[in-house]
Amino acid sequence: MMRTQDKANEKLIFDYSHPGRGATDQWPQQPPAAATADLPQHLRRTKAPLLPEVGELEAVRHFTRLSQLNFSIDTHFYPLGSCTMKYNPKACNQYAMLPEFLGRHPLAPESHGQGFLACMYELQEMLKEVTGMQGVALSPMAGAHGEFAGVAMIRAYHRSRGDLARNEIIVPEAAHGTNPATATMCGCVVREIPVNEEGDIELDALRAAVGPNTAGIMLTNPSTLGVFERRIEEVARIVHAAGGLLYYDGANLNAILGKVRPGDMGFDVIHMNLHKTFSTPHGGGGPGAGAVGVSARLRPFLPIPIVGLEDGNRSAAEGIPRSACDATRDNRYRWLAEKDLPQSIGRLSGFMGNAGVLLRAYIYMRMLGREGMSQVGEYATLNANYLLARLKQVGFDAAYPSRRASHEFIITLKRQARELDVTTMDFAKRLLDHGIHAPTTYFPLLVPECLLIEPTETEGKDVLDAFVAAMSQIQQEAEQEPERVTSAPHTMPVRRLDDVRAAKQLDLRWKPTA
Amino acid sequence: MAFIPHTPADVEAMLAAIGVASIEQLFDEIPASLRVKSLDGVPVGLNEMQVGRLMSERARADGRPLCFIGAGAYEHHIPAAVWALTTRGEFYSAYTPYQAEASQGTLQLIYEYQSMMSSLTGMEVSNASLYDGASAVAEASLMAVRANRKSKSLRILVPRTLNPQYRRVAVATAGNQGLRFEDVPYAPDAGVTPLDALKKYASEDVTALVIQQPNFFGQLEDVDALTDWAHAKGAFVIAVVNPTSLALLKPPGEWGSSGKGADIVVGDGQPLGVPLSSGGPYFGFMTTRMEYVRQMPGRIVGRTVDLNGREGFTLTLQAREQHIRRAKATSNICTNQGLLVTAATIYMSLMGPVGLERTAAASHASAKDLVGALTAVKGVRRAFAGPFFHEAVVLFDRPVAPILAALASRGILGGLDLSEHYPELGYALLVCATETKTKSDIDSYVTALTEAVQAVRAA
Repeated sequence: MMRTQDKANEKLIFDYSHPGRGATDQWPQQPPAAATADLPQHLRRTKAPLLPEVGELEAVRHFTRLSQLNFSIDTHFYPLGSCTMKYNPKACNQYAMLPEFLGRHPLAPESHGQGFLACMYELQEMLKEVTGMQGVALSPMAGAHGEFAGVAMIRAYHRSRGDLARNEIIVPEAAHGTNPATATMCGCVVREIPVNEEGDIELDALRAAVGPNTAGIMLTNPSTLGVFERRIEEVARIVHAAGGLLYYDGANLNAILGKVRPGDMGFDVIHMNLHKTFSTPHGGGGPGAGAVGVSARLRPFLPIPIVGLEDGNRSAAEGIPRSACDATRDNRYRWLAEKDLPQSIGRLSGFMGNAGVLLRAYIYMRMLGREGMSQVGEYATLNANYLLARLKQVGFDAAYPSRRASHEFIITLKRQARELDVTTMDFAKRLLDHGIHAPTTYFPLLVPECLLIEPTETEGKDVLDAFVAAMSQIQQEAEQEPERVTSAPHTMPVRRLDDVRAAKQLDLRWKPTA
Repeated sequence: MAFIPHTPADVEAMLAAIGVASIEQLFDEIPASLRVKSLDGVPVGLNEMQVGRLMSERARADGRPLCFIGAGAYEHHIPAAVWALTTRGEFYSAYTPYQAEASQGTLQLIYEYQSMMSSLTGMEVSNASLYDGASAVAEASLMAVRANRKSKSLRILVPRTLNPQYRRVAVATAGNQGLRFEDVPYAPDAGVTPLDALKKYASEDVTALVIQQPNFFGQLEDVDALTDWAHAKGAFVIAVVNPTSLALLKPPGEWGSSGKGADIVVGDGQPLGVPLSSGGPYFGFMTTRMEYVRQMPGRIVGRTVDLNGREGFTLTLQAREQHIRRAKATSNICTNQGLLVTAATIYMSLMGPVGLERTAAASHASAKDLVGALTAVKGVRRAFAGPFFHEAVVLFDRPVAPILAALASRGILGGLDLSEHYPELGYALLVCATETKTKSDIDSYVTALTEAVQAVRAA
């Protein structure tokens, strides 16, 4: 199933530009020149910015053509490990874009936001339930932003107890790059600990690493190696006994959704990537949403704002009210801010985070419901284990052959690299010619020549079978006609790009010629 | 539900291939004590028709009031083509363009975006976005600490005319790394930052001065004088700007009498085709000079060539980023606000230099009409003299909150009550009007205000 694509480069939008042309129907009326006469000359712009001058149809064609140069979930299988590229249901987009939601100003009064706030409140409650945490804040705008909030809360907790020496964050060596980068942003130092050959944390190394300086440990479970940390309860005991807290990186939450809850594993704080597990779009690099959940002892430190429910009968107002409509009529949902949470780590966004993304996640969770939640974890795991079994069957090497796959797994192509001189990158690029987005390559760094493969639950068996067939065919090519693979891709709009030139001869913006 | 396509026959065949009897068996490495018993706190699922009905009810509860609030989020006309294109699945459901050959659409679009933002702000390079304007100020402050090698103090001067939420976010984000954000007062009559207010720092080490233009009150700062002051003492200038206003106002790249300009430019890109949507997703933009590009956080796209010499686009300078540099990265940012950049790029293409300037001029004219009409109401006057862009502060002779509540009950959101952030101003209201507000909208506001003031007086 070779995929052919129009190989003609699409010109830059600037190349369509003609002075005097424009999408004039989109512009407001020209106000009289006098309208801006009060703006002082020395504060005025004298040279127009280099924006293109194009008609609406030209712009529509240009950006439509650009879109067609992309792989996306809507067009291609996208088994990118650790990224959870599952289907983004159209209903989530459509109902999050109702005009009242789009037009609502972030500083509109609560009287004109009860519908929106009800959704946010219920989202908080549902996320608490599926993670087993005691409090949730929705404002962090991406996974790394949620990580920042989480580690900042850990620091604030220790400080509030006068425990000022705790500034070390422990991470396993296979952790996502954001983990150590986040620790640095929070003013912490990073200590890496090794994992054993079955992918579990070395407990002795952990015992040796913890101490009076330990702020906490950041873990992904299932880990970035695609396996469940089986001794997680022991890890929690060791870290807690040393006075540290446990941070759960929710990047892999899809694997265990509805099956195990981070709160029950002993985690004190968690971030969730709503753009992974709860299927909001990745948008070509964002926006995400990195909601955080905490155990009771960290609740006072949650980032603000969060949504509260005034309820005369129930003090904490746990759970979703039977009739949200009654609550919205009485204006009972309100923002909780500095006054309500004086120990909060503060604000992380200008308003309240990526509200539109949160609405999409809310709609997704309401559609799936409690029974759908556990199906996610089950079928994501079924798909990964099936794909792993089939790939092993046709001769590929699993990195952790004795382990169950979680929602993702690693195969290693070091044998192919050694014997055939065909690398993981070559396989990845050749997969593009088969109309399949490459899995994650060369991550985690621990496993040489690795592919991290995450099919997600929304793909059917026939898609997975086609992936196995493509991999087998590439293997065959690698044996018989390796240059076909090492010079791939052949059917994309461009061949492999010169990254060295890109970094050395920086060309980061268009400039007019002459 | 759950958008799972498996038939029972598929499941059976898949379990057989794995060699297990049930899906449950796939979870046998997880200790039994940890398994979820129930998820009663999550309601049962709804089908699409049911969820559509629920969301429509929720949306209706929020209504569609006539809105005169700005304060960092601005209602502009968004051409229909912007979101029709942005929500195409090929943009909407794609990942970060790490596989360049399969992501040329997104990559070229970001390159076009970088070109437009560089020119709009008068700078040399742009990144591919940050979370929002507030977090961009935090990142700019951290970047200034890295890039300004002359300064060791980690001291960032923050005029009180900066959006107060931006300041809070900067403190929450960068405070953990030892940065100190110090307030600079404003001139009470003009609502801008006077040079006098900086005198006490004359012989102090300052890492950067933040200058917001137009400032939070909508007033225009004397950016040249402030820039000259900062540069004369080796401090960076971090410009915080509204992108719409830049069609009319001097770009930060030209600030200062030498024309050297600001060092880092940031802001919120929301006015460029992004709906208000309760505060997000928006996007933060950041541009700078080429000499500081290696200190810039976030993704950057470069133009290069492929094996055949054909032009193409790729992520570049990735050695700055967390997935390569880990604990030593310029920032922990990974996911950014890509889809909003898509919307903004399409918006800027449709507006062009002429349309954007018209939007800015029409907004300015509309805001002047609004302020003129409001201050004609008895008991309402302007707080500050001097020029403003598309929002301004007006003062009342009585508390603002009850008036705003009375206006809201008449379907009008009258502005932002400043008593929380600026109690010293008295009964102050920040109002905004863009090109979306007509004369009749402004009339409606004035009529409702007159009634509201009477109602409050009577109460």
